[in-house]
Amino acid sequence: MTLHRRTLLAAAASSLPLAAPAIVRAQGSEPIRIGEINSYTAVPAFTVPYRSGWQLAVEHVNAAGGVLGRKIEVISRDDAGRPPDAIRLAGELINDQKVDLLAGTFLSNIGLAIGDFALQNKKLFVGGEPLTDALVWEKGNRYTYRLRPSTYMQAAMLVDDAAKLKAKRWVTVAPNYEYGQSAVKWFKLLLAQKQPGVEFVAEQWPALGKIDAGATVAALAEQKPDAILNVTFGADLTNFVRQGNTRGLFEKRGVVSILTGEPEYLDPLGDETPEGWIVTGYPVNSVTDPANKAFIDAYKAKFNEMPKMGSVVGYSLINAIVAGIKKTGSVDTEKMADGFGGTGFDTPFGKASWRALDHQSTLGTYVGKTALKDGKPTMVDWRYVDGAAALPSDAEVKKMRPA
Amino acid sequence: MDTVVVQLLTGLASASSLFLVASGLTVIFGVTRVVNFAHGSLFMLGAYVGWSILSMLPRDPAWFAAGVVLTGVALAVVGALIETTLLRRIYKAPELLQLLATFGIVLVVQDLTLKLWGPNDLTLPRPRWMRSFVEIAGQRVPSYDLLMIGIGPVVLLALWLLFTRTRWGTLMRAATQDREMVAALGVDQRLLFSTVFALGSGLAGIGGALALPDGSANLQMDLTAITDAFVVVVVGGLGSLPGAYLASLLIGLLQAFGILLLPQATLVLVFVIMAVVLMLRPNGLMGRPLAVARGEANAPALVRPAVPALVWLGAAALVLAVLAPLLAGPFLLSVLTEMLIAMLFAASLHLMMGPGGMASFGHAAWFGLGAYGAAFAVKGLALSMPVALLVAPFAAALAALLFGGFVVRLSGVYLAMLTLAFAQIVWAALFQAVSFTGGDNGVLGVWPAAWAGDPRIFYWLTLAICVVAVLLLRRALYAPFGYALRATRDSTLRADAIGLNAGSLRLAALVIAGAAAGLAGGLTAFSKGSVFPTYVSIGRSVDALLMVLLGGVQSMSGPIVGALAYTGLFDMLLMITDLWRVVLGLSIIALVLLFPQGIAGTSYRLWLRGHDA
Repeated sequence: MTLHRRTLLAAAASSLPLAAPAIVRAQGSEPIRIGEINSYTAVPAFTVPYRSGWQLAVEHVNAAGGVLGRKIEVISRDDAGRPPDAIRLAGELINDQKVDLLAGTFLSNIGLAIGDFALQNKKLFVGGEPLTDALVWEKGNRYTYRLRPSTYMQAAMLVDDAAKLKAKRWVTVAPNYEYGQSAVKWFKLLLAQKQPGVEFVAEQWPALGKIDAGATVAALAEQKPDAILNVTFGADLTNFVRQGNTRGLFEKRGVVSILTGEPEYLDPLGDETPEGWIVTGYPVNSVTDPANKAFIDAYKAKFNEMPKMGSVVGYSLINAIVAGIKKTGSVDTEKMADGFGGTGFDTPFGKASWRALDHQSTLGTYVGKTALKDGKPTMVDWRYVDGAAALPSDAEVKKMRPA
Repeated sequence: MDTVVVQLLTGLASASSLFLVASGLTVIFGVTRVVNFAHGSLFMLGAYVGWSILSMLPRDPAWFAAGVVLTGVALAVVGALIETTLLRRIYKAPELLQLLATFGIVLVVQDLTLKLWGPNDLTLPRPRWMRSFVEIAGQRVPSYDLLMIGIGPVVLLALWLLFTRTRWGTLMRAATQDREMVAALGVDQRLLFSTVFALGSGLAGIGGALALPDGSANLQMDLTAITDAFVVVVVGGLGSLPGAYLASLLIGLLQAFGILLLPQATLVLVFVIMAVVLMLRPNGLMGRPLAVARGEANAPALVRPAVPALVWLGAAALVLAVLAPLLAGPFLLSVLTEMLIAMLFAASLHLMMGPGGMASFGHAAWFGLGAYGAAFAVKGLALSMPVALLVAPFAAALAALLFGGFVVRLSGVYLAMLTLAFAQIVWAALFQAVSFTGGDNGVLGVWPAAWAGDPRIFYWLTLAICVVAVLLLRRALYAPFGYALRATRDSTLRADAIGLNAGSLRLAALVIAGAAAGLAGGLTAFSKGSVFPTYVSIGRSVDALLMVLLGGVQSMSGPIVGALAYTGLFDMLLMITDLWRVVLGLSIIALVLLFPQGIAGTSYRLWLRGHDA
């Protein structure tokens, strides 16, 4: 059981009658506190490597002297995957732990809830993983930033290769919630722009986590499509791939699949990994450039395993925050809210930056094909796509953001 | 025609997997009357244990079968262990308390599985024979599917033989019909219950292991399996094996064909089927009306007005609560606000569950509808916060009026499952009507009005509203309405004879409960600033159940105590430790063992022992 002494003391302190004023601390030597909230118990497959990632980043940043002459400190909370608990914990972090900013979250609804909380309480929130476009567009606000390439960006990165398939009849299979619906919506829109005349003849919407894989595969196969867009992930993806392999759904068909190249989702497929799927992901076994290698070596040295996509997100998140604070020159929220925009930061994938226009980062991802090497799944023929290249025009973005 | 044949075979295969899980659950319920919420966890454990065992064995069919059987045996041992160490001690408690204990087990198993097998999904590499297929009607049908189609009827036949041709089976069937009589005839009940629990767990374990080739062992399996299993068991009729098989067929086939016609209906199809079946056949397809369990534990306690000591305690607590903002820090204040809202939520469920005798697994529906009502009032209609807080209970009460007519005609677990079905339908509607409700991105920006923006002011507002509402609910229970409601619960026949209309009384109780839950939902919306379909999730309904059961279903102050205890425990544990699920689960189990009548109920009994002659 991880019993953090600091949290126990904090919990004890907040239950004492707080008639005494808060102890005045010398600003210069105190660490900068980042309040991090994530769904540690609800989605451990992602958050365990993610936590390792940010812990490594904190170590590196502090070893290099911290930022603004101060060390950084991350105070982490588990939200149990529920928005009301996340809000309560955000309140605790701000009011009791006196953090300078909030960060993290995984689920899109929690990201949105905390973003709205940040607006209401005038505190900076740097979202790491939530993919929903709404976090920086329809429901974006001045205090919310988001690191990962969004649903739109993931779809946009894949359409070029998808158009190369020259497939006329497409079917889609996506989980029946906002992420799946957005992914299909954007993919259809963007592919139709690149390839006029493309037809989407059928759609399947399995409930998240409850796919009836056999029936879904049979229903798709019945349409005899030329290509398939797959948005399922996790356990649904594993079921879908196994049934699809047995029933020959993927033979002689192009398949475009979002997020499948990430080790969290690719590794469980094992020797059933279908080859030649066009995917976004992280070819951790084959990247060789200095930034990637340095990260992988440091991560392996500390944690004794290869990093996953979550690790990259956790690591980049801290770097992105630290760079923003450095450029702003202070941890005052109002200054940071505008100051982060335009800042560049280092990530294992290379350089990325915060866009001032919509507070989306330009962190990209890799697009490549799935393959089997010695019976183990991997990505081949990959290239890095910068996030900036996968975003709509500034005018379109301005229309989507609230006034 | 080809498609029909292929989908038929697919549907039959998934029906078999459904049946394997559901058969164990229906057998356990039939004999022990325990609503085993941990059944999904046993299924998940079966998958993980099966993975460990099968990974070590050679890959050919004979070894696979041996591995599956071994998994079943291992899970049977686990089931027997759970039954002997935990459930056996609480058979004397009111029925639903065993439900609470199984919740604790679900939590413990979740963390245990995570710690033992790690966070990643575990897959079994498939040898050639598992990947083979047969060409039928121009499409490929996996041989493994055909194998599963065969296994369903084989298991049904085996169980049928077990129940009709062996002495043990005869005792099982007798216990299903009349447990007390079997005990009176000298059969050792404890052995009976342990073996039936072991059998049910073994079946779940086999189901889990057989699910491995088609997918993976993952940490979400338990919740998926338990909802499916419950639906199948209820649709088939609790305690009926042929009913369970029939229901699995119905649901498996309807799902397979449903996605051809209505791909978007995946969220809700199963629950619509359940709702329709329950409305047409209130005891499931082949179930019989549940025999009312006799015995002292189930006789509802006589309701007396609160003793003076309790009134003083309540007054002191109220004074402390009013003074709290002056003493407590902001976080503690947020926890206290949550506790107050939880208190109202639990009290609303208690009204229909305790005095009303209608357990509900879908109480979050009213809560969520109230929250959305308040959110729409503020965002869509630009109404002020006080008006929105009036809209919330109205919206929930309206929905309760609409659904309630169907719900109150049922009883027992069937009623609870119908409320679950309606809650899931409401959830799916909120989820999918994206343009209207925002879908799973919810409604944001539902913050309190400027004058109530200070957390302390909002806390006092919440305190006032919740305390008044809970006192009103309590007052209703001591009013003629409350007594009439209890009369219909205790003996519908006698109540009918003196002219009390059970149907309309229970509907009134449901509507009042719904309105109070809606008010709690509205307060939550303003407290958290956003509303999501998760407010209507099964998890939230389970929270309400936990709070009421923990406090004591038959005690009038039960929901208050339970809400405070559960919320406080949960909030504290979530902050302190990574392993909060196992600690919470063990705490719940400990509380169930220590307080068999719920915390308030047992305390009252102990107090009575000291004070009554």
